[in-house]
Amino acid sequence: MSSGQSVSMGSKSVSTIRIVLPQHLRTLTHTGSELTLSIEGPVTLRSTLDALEAAYPMLRGTIRDHVTLQRRPFLRFFACQEDLSHESPDAPLPEAVASGKEPLLIIGAIAGG
Amino acid sequence: MSKVRVLVGTRKGAFILTADGKRDKWDVSGPHFAGWEMYHVKGSPADPNRLYASQTSGWFGQIIQRSDDGGKTWHQPGTPPGEPPAPGPPKAMSNKFVYDASDETGKALTTHQWYDGTQHPWEFKRVWHLEPSLTDPNTVYAGVEDAAIFRSTDGGENWHELSGLRGHGTGPKWQPGAGGMCLHTIILDPGNPQRMWIAISAAGAFRTDDGGKSWKPINRGLRSQYIPDPNAEIGHCVHHIAMNPSRPGVLFMQKHWDVMRSDDAGENWKEISGNLPTDFGFVIDVHAHEPETIYVVPIKSDSEHFVPDGKLRVFRSRAGGNEWEALTNGLPQSNCYVNVLRDAMAVDSLDKCGVYFGTSGGQVYASADAGDSWAPIVRDLPAVLSVEVQTLP
Repeated sequence: MSSGQSVSMGSKSVSTIRIVLPQHLRTLTHTGSELTLSIEGPVTLRSTLDALEAAYPMLRGTIRDHVTLQRRPFLRFFACQEDLSHESPDAPLPEAVASGKEPLLIIGAIAGG
Repeated sequence: MSKVRVLVGTRKGAFILTADGKRDKWDVSGPHFAGWEMYHVKGSPADPNRLYASQTSGWFGQIIQRSDDGGKTWHQPGTPPGEPPAPGPPKAMSNKFVYDASDETGKALTTHQWYDGTQHPWEFKRVWHLEPSLTDPNTVYAGVEDAAIFRSTDGGENWHELSGLRGHGTGPKWQPGAGGMCLHTIILDPGNPQRMWIAISAAGAFRTDDGGKSWKPINRGLRSQYIPDPNAEIGHCVHHIAMNPSRPGVLFMQKHWDVMRSDDAGENWKEISGNLPTDFGFVIDVHAHEPETIYVVPIKSDSEHFVPDGKLRVFRSRAGGNEWEALTNGLPQSNCYVNVLRDAMAVDSLDKCGVYFGTSGGQVYASADAGDSWAPIVRDLPAVLSVEVQTLP
């Protein structure tokens, strides 16, 4: 997987970022573990999830609630060895994610016994 | 020769079991949607190749799956696999179940009773039961937790609540059972498209006579010792209701405790537990051709969710209740401690009538002779949540 980059298209920059989905969601998207998305403007959790759901509408409602857009309780967002789950959805994601150097990881909470 | 297709939902995927009319050699397909909880899979009576499935997860929420080829391939309605999504707003929201609280078409989103007796807001959790229309493959009803009924008329692409049920007035007295406050039973009247019955744990049974606009509780005769007023209009933990399509007014019910019947479309109920070893249980079903022949699987108690005495026994009444015989031929009669959940029994319409049920131990048993003898189709699936049968030409 090559690293993404940010390019300018007109007045807005477009970033290519990487997302890693949990296995169960890959069975809905029929993709491999890692996806590449283009995001116009600032790279935030909100803009990333908006772009993800636009490209893969079968994921609507599976990562965040249809109506409130709140993160589903048993999911977490990790990147660059940080837990971003409780960050504002409008906070910029780390530069390494925005540049495509590091992926945004969507993780299901671990449970079992 | 006719065929049967058994649709099995389990804790970790769906399975499709097929056989010819002899029902002695089975092909097993699956797991479909491996790792997901498959609460219910059911086929359309109007188009047997149209199947609907409720796929759910505590992590990822609700998904609706549809097959148009008898279960060979599946897709989420509105998002066919392999096609790029169209630009613009989504055309379908097949997993969007939002209670209708609008002033124009809905009912105010009130509260229901919580486990501790306080009031609690309605929150969608999952689809327990999918009931396809008897006449239109694209119309399907969904019974959901927290209890409400939704309808899709476009093949599962979009869902709209029939809010008259949740909002008819008794909602604040409804309460969740141990499994949640679920609407788990939907029965369509083949002779009257305006009439439906539904059941909720733990609220009771309800009926509409106007296509779902308005609903009335139909629980007269139910008696539940564990609620403050044992004869209350609502609050009863109905586990399942079954009906033979040839007699739409006659209903059979497995309640939390007590097996019941109604001969007047639910207006009045009377107990028919008779000589059952215990009248706790979940499943109940009716023979396809003998409307007074009914089946239950008694479970020891609500605190011990397994069959009594280590014996897996289906009980059959050929008299419409009260007089029951144990059916044991081919079923384990020692050291068996499984449960059979409310949607996990079904009958086919062959002659002789086939009866099927699935257990919490992952066995699916079939009888090709109306219950006289049994054999496992499969023994080691994940815990079975639901069993439905299609009789195919």
